[in-house]
Amino acid sequence: MIARIATESQYRLDDEAAAQLNELDNEAVAAVDGGDEDRFHEVFEQMLDLVRREGSPLGDDELEESDVILPPPDISFVEAGSEFTGEGLIPD
Amino acid sequence: MPGMGGRMSVVIKSKINKLLDRAEDPSETLEYSYQKQMELLQNVKKGIADVVTSKKRLQLQQQKLEQQVVKLDTQARQALSQGREDLARTALERKQFAQGELQSLDQQVAELESQQAGLIEKEQKLRSKIDQFRTKKEVIKAQYSAAEASVKISEAASGVGEEMADVGMAMQRALDKTEDMRARAGAMDELEAAGAFDDNLALGSGSTDDIDRELHQLTSQSEVDEDLERLKAELGSGSAPPQQELGSGGEQERPA
Repeated sequence: MIARIATESQYRLDDEAAAQLNELDNEAVAAVDGGDEDRFHEVFEQMLDLVRREGSPLGDDELEESDVILPPPDISFVEAGSEFTGEGLIPD
Repeated sequence: MPGMGGRMSVVIKSKINKLLDRAEDPSETLEYSYQKQMELLQNVKKGIADVVTSKKRLQLQQQKLEQQVVKLDTQARQALSQGREDLARTALERKQFAQGELQSLDQQVAELESQQAGLIEKEQKLRSKIDQFRTKKEVIKAQYSAAEASVKISEAASGVGEEMADVGMAMQRALDKTEDMRARAGAMDELEAAGAFDDNLALGSGSTDDIDRELHQLTSQSEVDEDLERLKAELGSGSAPPQQELGSGGEQERPA
């Protein structure tokens, strides 16, 4: 799977990391639904960490479309409200 | 559901696709698409220049405030050596306030610097992708039939399109933050014009104005006290000259 962190970079993730990302995505949706801002930022940081740690950055010469786009790392809780809804960033 | 950037790139992609559907000649489409990409690259350069301009403006303000801090300290020293503790206190309160502003300016400048670095990195990345697209378009033109070409063009254009949307978003966010800082800097200019950092300490004016009262609230009294003690120690005072030498006025400012 190819994941982009908006305003940063694209990464290639293996299936295991992609599955972990999906789980965190669902937790982020739950945090937003519950209005739990601290929990949301905690989970979102974990998502960013996972992508940066497990993903291998795409070369600048690769013209690939992303399968999932994570919002910018400095996203506010209000902005997150329109991103992490329903099935989240990754459809289940 | 794609993320925020996803939606933006979807918009760009649908525009590109419409373009592709309309075009009779794939090579014409490729050239047009490439031209659009180069235009966006110019916009990114302009965005970076805007951030640099804002940074320079804040740096100028930093310099002014630094000079102000030195000047107010000198004024406090002078006031104290003439036995005017009340004026020295006012000068030190203003100095504390200016130092507080200076700290927040330092943070803002640091933030703009990191945004500038981020945008430069994004610009380079986009430039590489556009270069890649240029190479691909020549290959596509040379090797594929019109029908095959449109699929290949669509793939390549989508990849660049997403990158363009992402750079656009990074630029927008940087400029929004810069706007906030600009508004704040404007507020500081107004404060300055209103005399908060007035050169002249209104010697002998005899009463505290609104800004003084505000400053009293804003500044930490204990920090001012410490500063005052430091100056007294430096001046070896404690044997201050009699206060009547300096005429009337200021004395009433000081709470008994």
